[in-house]
Amino acid sequence: MSHDEAIDPNQPLEFQTEKSRLNILGFWIFLGAEIALFGTLFATYFVLTGRLADGPGPSELFELRGVLIETFILLTSSFTCGIAIHEMRRGSRKGLMIWFILTMLLGLGFLYFEIEEFIHYIHEGASLQTSAFWSAFFTLLGTHGAHVSLGIGWMTMILIQLARNGLNSTTARKAFIISLYWHFLDVVWIFIFTGVYLLGMVM
Amino acid sequence: MTQNSHSNFPWNHVIGFILSIALTLLSVWIALYTSLSITAIIWIIVSLAIIQAGIQLFMFMHIREGEGGAQVFTMVYSAIIGVIIVAGTIWVINSMMHSMSM
Amino acid sequence: MQLDEFFVTGDPLIYGADVSIILSLIGIIFVLTKYKKWKWLWNEWLTTVDHKKLGVMYIISAVLMLFRGGVDAMLMRAQLTLPNNEFLDSSHYNEIFTTHGTIMIIFMAMPFLIGLMNVVVPLQIGARDVAYPFLNAVSFWTFFMGAMLFNISFIIGGSPSAGWTSYVPMAGNELSPGPGQNYYLLGLQVAGIGTLLTGINFLVTILKMRAPGMTLMRMPMFTWSSAITCVLIIFAFPVLTVALALMTLDRIFGAHFFTLMDGGMPMLWANLFWIWGHPEVYIVILPAFGIFSEVISTFSRKNLFGYKAMVYSMVVIALLSFIVWVHHFFTMGADASVNSFFSLTTMAIAIPTGVKIFNWLLTLYKGRIKINTAMLWSLAFIPNFVIGGVTGVMLAMAAADYQYHNTYFLVAHFHYVLISGTVYACFAGLYYWYPKVFGHKLNETLGKISFWIFVIGFNVCFFPMYFLGFAGMPRRVHTYAEDTGWFELNAVASVGGVLMAIGFVIIVYNIYYSIRYAERVKTGDPWDGRTLEWSTPAPVPYYNFAKIPDVHGLDPYWQIKKEGKQELDIEEERLEQIHMPDNSGVPVIMSVLLFIAGFGLVFEWMWMAIAATIGVIVTMIMRSFDPDEGHHVEVEEIKEIERNVRRKED
Ligand code: HEM
Ligand SMILES: [Cu+2]
Repeated sequence: MSHDEAIDPNQPLEFQTEKSRLNILGFWIFLGAEIALFGTLFATYFVLTGRLADGPGPSELFELRGVLIETFILLTSSFTCGIAIHEMRRGSRKGLMIWFILTMLLGLGFLYFEIEEFIHYIHEGASLQTSAFWSAFFTLLGTHGAHVSLGIGWMTMILIQLARNGLNSTTARKAFIISLYWHFLDVVWIFIFTGVYLLGMVM
Repeated sequence: MTQNSHSNFPWNHVIGFILSIALTLLSVWIALYTSLSITAIIWIIVSLAIIQAGIQLFMFMHIREGEGGAQVFTMVYSAIIGVIIVAGTIWVINSMMHSMSM
Repeated sequence: MQLDEFFVTGDPLIYGADVSIILSLIGIIFVLTKYKKWKWLWNEWLTTVDHKKLGVMYIISAVLMLFRGGVDAMLMRAQLTLPNNEFLDSSHYNEIFTTHGTIMIIFMAMPFLIGLMNVVVPLQIGARDVAYPFLNAVSFWTFFMGAMLFNISFIIGGSPSAGWTSYVPMAGNELSPGPGQNYYLLGLQVAGIGTLLTGINFLVTILKMRAPGMTLMRMPMFTWSSAITCVLIIFAFPVLTVALALMTLDRIFGAHFFTLMDGGMPMLWANLFWIWGHPEVYIVILPAFGIFSEVISTFSRKNLFGYKAMVYSMVVIALLSFIVWVHHFFTMGADASVNSFFSLTTMAIAIPTGVKIFNWLLTLYKGRIKINTAMLWSLAFIPNFVIGGVTGVMLAMAAADYQYHNTYFLVAHFHYVLISGTVYACFAGLYYWYPKVFGHKLNETLGKISFWIFVIGFNVCFFPMYFLGFAGMPRRVHTYAEDTGWFELNAVASVGGVLMAIGFVIIVYNIYYSIRYAERVKTGDPWDGRTLEWSTPAPVPYYNFAKIPDVHGLDPYWQIKKEGKQELDIEEERLEQIHMPDNSGVPVIMSVLLFIAGFGLVFEWMWMAIAATIGVIVTMIMRSFDPDEGHHVEVEEIKEIERNVRRKED
């Protein structure tokens, strides 16, 4: 295969080898598939809104404050993740790692608030089993949350590799790809915030 | 390549960040604190969300680097498929629910 | 759970299957041990990342699945031959048509075509492997383990019985309790991972790894069709993933997506299933179109007529195939505007399909046609597929579909497109590319005999079904009364079915026969081919090309031959060392763990599912830390290999 490891020094580190360029393009295409995946979950959620059986409805349970906290945490984590790549391009491994760690902490914070929110709903009598609406809600949000958790685990692996192997074309590529993943989760959240929470509170 | 974003201050990111916070607050305000019709609200906040997604893609995710053309194409095509899946499903299912209740 | 609930008991057919499975397992283990082949199996096959070997394994698995699905088909025909027959009871019959449909589409048609893609696409574009060889192995093994998971259902726990479409509430817990339906959900889920990865892998391969000079509009048609298929896979399979996951949540975790109670919506399943399902039928037909294009052009000794029109028509098909899905449930009660819209889009899709038919005909026109088995399959495809397509357009008229829907007319339609499209293409591709991989041709006489028996059998079997449909026979019934008048046509169909089975057996026998008796082909180019795969020796060295070719137009190898340029002279040529990926045991192990996780979920043994999932994560972490640098093949070694493969040629 033409994974010939010729280095192209005119490119940023993460684009220097052929393998890196292939992997990054492939990951973008994977994100395209993820859009279809979340699209299906959104479609399911929208057609099942209002189908509450005897359970509570979203307008009774959604609270703006918690949701805004989650949103701002995630938006900030997307920002810190972007800065991490910016640092990487300046050649600073330390900067990259610090901003990645910050990103992960924010991710954990997001998960904390999200899980707390879920527990609250379950106390109020809204769980996966309550009604079609809540099944769709928990599945859509749960899938996003699972992606965030996976992202945190993945980022940990990359931090270890950065610490062990330093910043080279391989670790730079991996860092870049996880950053794409992380920003993408923020994109999904924007639509969850708009389509699930804001619309849920309006309707 | 983005404009010599190496070594300088990450303007792109800071502006993008401020914009996304601002747009988020704007949608909250429009959705919860104005008295527009539901339809209008939906159109506006969904558009704002799309703008925010664009900010992530173009200002944070360096979509135009590497295989820029293919990457932008992938995202546009996926967005179209996403819209087909969401809008198509809503349209089809609502139509069936409607004829069931008649 | 009692042991006699765990194993399916009480049915002589299944006991027979149990015995034959155990005997063949013992046989395989015995042979491997006796000839000390375990290590060889592991090193050469189980851990390989070579696209050609993976392709061969795909095709072998697909042929096995064709056998399994074919046995199901024979059982169904046996049951339907006579009215009021009591050979199979209704629940057994339900299981059989369910596994037949699922296996044929998911575990036979798709893997067969993906296998051919694996073998051929990198060779056609002048690449040494795919973009992600490791992921390619993951794709194969997840497909294989998914298929195994689905297949063990009939001896352990019981088969699914809600049809390959698994409509709810039939497929829900109330009407399908027990593990059967779970096997469907988990088997498809595990295999689906592999399919999605294949889509991404081959799309990037085709986009980025073409030999210098091969612009998009110089790609061979099979490569084009594979690229478009990949796009369909990438955007359709996530929908299936979600739909399956939602039903799994319903069945195992008590959610209410598709239930009748608590707000669930059964129609949503049909909707999601077909958003995937219609692109899926094009996923299994587009590569077939590609194969026929190659074969027809080679054996007409002409370049493909209307190359550009072929490409554009496929692009249009790819776009349209995402907006026609409602034609599968016109009768579910959407209003006229919805049904009309989807009627129109469906009819529109017949236009690019028709364009392609004319292009094949015009490629044949005034060609110096050479008839052999591969070509015969391609020639038979054209009229038979037209019958399938035209009846498709009849079904596309929503108002008329109220009559045809779920009758044997529909059954005839999709078998006409799937068998004369996909299955003929698999056979054509098998005969056409077989010598490239194995270094000898398949026997032509046996090939032609099997062709005629199969094609006649096919038409005898399925053409009467159109009329059974007109006569009102619904699909998926396990028997019918005498006064329906359906007996004669059913009996005819069964005769056709037997002929197809004979044809299949001859094809398989031909492989055995040719391995034993066929003479080695002298060159890598036994058909006087046009595209780059024929420029390599047969069998192909594992790095494919000692030197990456330069491409100057369509049909590059034909050009080289026409210009009388000789193939590369190994001793003169300046070669460079070649970088190749290393083998890896991770894909098999990961897929076995996925199988175990799936099996745990099927029986709702959560400890098993969780433990195996943790195992999967561990293998992923191991992979992440694996530097995976590959290795280099030195110039001397390349020369040695090339001398060996080329020596035969003189
Ligand atoms: C000319 C193009 C085609 C048209 C207009 C067409 C139209 C249709 C329509 C309207 C139906 C639904 C009928 C009903 O349920 O009442 C249908 C079913 C089906 N078609 Fe086609 N079709 C076309 C080509 C194909 C191709 C190329 C394939 C696959 C290789 C295919 C495979 C199927 C299958 C598998 C079903 C039935 C699925 C089921 O209900 O189990 N069709 N087709
Ligand atoms: Cu269809």
